[in-house]
Amino acid sequence: MAELDKTDGSMDATPNVTEVVAVDATDETAAVAAIEAPVERGEPILQVRNLVKHFPLSQGILFKRQVGAVKAVDGVSFDLYQGETLGIVGESGCGKSTVARLLMALETATSGEVFYKGQDITRLSGRALKAVRRNIQMVFQDPYTSLNPRMTVGDIIGEPFDIHPEVAPKGDRRARVQELLDVVGLNPEYINRYPHQFSGGQRQRIGIARGLALNPEIIICDEPVSALDVSVQAQVINLMEKLQDEFNLSYVFIAHDLSIVRHISDRVGVMYLGKMAEIGTDAEIYDHPTHPYTQALLSAVPVPDPEARERGERIILTGDVPSPANPPSGCRFRTRCWKAQDKCSTELPLLAVPERFKGSDTPAAHESACHFAEEKDIVGAAS
Amino acid sequence: MTIMDKTADIPAPRAGGSNDAPLLEVRDLHVEFHTRDGVAKAVNGVNYSVDSGETLAVLGESGSGKSVTAQAIMGILDMPPGKIPQGQILYRGQDMLTMSYEERRKIRGQKIAMIFQDALSSLNPVLSVGYQLGEMFRVHQGLSKKQAKAKAIELMDRVKIPAAAQRVGDYPHQFSGGMRQRIMIAMAMALEPDLIIADEPTTALDVTVQAQVMDLLKELQTEFNMGLILITHDLGVVADVADKIAVMYAGRIVETAPVHELYKRPAHPYTRGLLDSIPRLDQKGQELYAIKGLPPNLLKIPAGCAFNPRCPKAEDICRTEIPVLVPVSEQDGSELPGRGSACHFWKETIHG
Repeated sequence: MAELDKTDGSMDATPNVTEVVAVDATDETAAVAAIEAPVERGEPILQVRNLVKHFPLSQGILFKRQVGAVKAVDGVSFDLYQGETLGIVGESGCGKSTVARLLMALETATSGEVFYKGQDITRLSGRALKAVRRNIQMVFQDPYTSLNPRMTVGDIIGEPFDIHPEVAPKGDRRARVQELLDVVGLNPEYINRYPHQFSGGQRQRIGIARGLALNPEIIICDEPVSALDVSVQAQVINLMEKLQDEFNLSYVFIAHDLSIVRHISDRVGVMYLGKMAEIGTDAEIYDHPTHPYTQALLSAVPVPDPEARERGERIILTGDVPSPANPPSGCRFRTRCWKAQDKCSTELPLLAVPERFKGSDTPAAHESACHFAEEKDIVGAAS
Repeated sequence: MTIMDKTADIPAPRAGGSNDAPLLEVRDLHVEFHTRDGVAKAVNGVNYSVDSGETLAVLGESGSGKSVTAQAIMGILDMPPGKIPQGQILYRGQDMLTMSYEERRKIRGQKIAMIFQDALSSLNPVLSVGYQLGEMFRVHQGLSKKQAKAKAIELMDRVKIPAAAQRVGDYPHQFSGGMRQRIMIAMAMALEPDLIIADEPTTALDVTVQAQVMDLLKELQTEFNMGLILITHDLGVVADVADKIAVMYAGRIVETAPVHELYKRPAHPYTRGLLDSIPRLDQKGQELYAIKGLPPNLLKIPAGCAFNPRCPKAEDICRTEIPVLVPVSEQDGSELPGRGSACHFWKETIHG
């Protein structure tokens, strides 16, 4: 695992990240108890530390040998606080969906930890893992493929109760499913219908109802509205915001539509090639981006206002995102960056508040993984 | 040139290919699909026109008929089940729908070309991109294989694919999404057509690559003074590149306007709803405006105005009478060139 050693030394010194209070559970029962414990609003509920996921690339048919690795996620750290929405944006292939799968424990992390209430879920198994999975649910991108076409809506939404019978409603399960349908704005009488009888927006509501069934604390939304029509997107976003208030949920909201992420998120992280480029509150990221990639990304978004386009500078990046199997040395973004210097190819910039902004309380003083972080006047998205 | 005919009555077509005719004009086009469940009316009387060097953006949700109109123009509609019961598509004053197959074939590719949304599925995976680009020259101009290959390299250079000479023999899967879309653009540009129809050309691309591709398209358009019909659902892309906009809903054009005007003062409740549902900075933390309900089923388009079940302004007249696209004027009666709205209450919408 020579690939890994390189990343081990580059621990992100993120002051924004609070200290992890790891709960040493002696046995499964203790672990489950820790997972069941409530978390105060504003306290960290999910803490991700140096999360790494490498997918091996192998060659040969009979004698498989590893020739490299796709570094999908390469050292990502962040916190999710109770009751907040953390937006994660980035281009395709930057690893944002892999992060989602790792948080769900659907993939095994190559290294790094994901602490849920002090329990490292990458090491859990059995009953404790099941308890974690109950509390972290997911809403998928494509409402057409994420619902089983042969199951009725009632079966789809009720299925989580089969898997977790300990929290299933005693007695009338059907009534609970109908209640969930009502909560997401669907007619409870549709319980016996099949997914194909619904439109895209309605199917996404079914997906959300399924996510809510077990009363989770965290919902991970992987591009929940990108497959929907413009006029329906707003309906689903409103529903998600309403549910967050109602059930006190925390969201990890992964999307590539920057204006929607800004609308729903309290904090936003920008990912590039498996690393977090910049993270901060929505105003810090959108109004005062200091990382060149964030600046380019924001200025590339077409603004639905012809006059805004004529103000401010527009940055158009050249080339494509490099392959995550063979990322550039040093700063990942340097091959497309207009500020790149020799330092960028040798030294990996850490995600931290840039030196020049340290101690000042300007909004530019947030974590940015760039050697030459500075503000730049650009055309902003969603302003 | 005005965006389209102001009223529902259509003037008689001009005879022959007169020079003052617009590059492309669509008149009262209807398209329907005969399916087992009934007749789906995908396009119900669309009028628009494009001139050289002009960009018309056709904006609409899925099922609004924007792509079907484009396919009808290109003559690539599946017929059956598709059918064009009435309407005209005039290329330089000549009706393409009455032309013979061979005549249309000469226009397609040489005069009017199309860029598709999904480059990976539009390119043939078992032929090299050089071969596919060269095909245009071999078929339409009768060039030899060698000449066609040289032309293909030239084209790839023009759309800024690095190391074109080395990559001409590569296959589509060896290119990234943005590069593939450039190849699609190169293919459309090959014979220097007068008009390009781009059907959601950047929807499958990332924003940073989308910006590159849209820039390239714009640059080539200016260079060759082409007309461009841009079909999209993205209000942001439209604001960037369009000169004029036609908003479609349930197979009809519900509003037309020059680009600046539309965003400032929409004259149709549907357009207004779309613009209002974009998250804005000052609405942070509030509920987004959402158009209630769903786009209509094309098998059962509501009577009267198709938008009436979702419209906040709907009244009795909207449920019975189909509104025609009428010119929109200023409050004092002065004309607003190029603007039209198919709403009974456009006055209240734009001035209210």
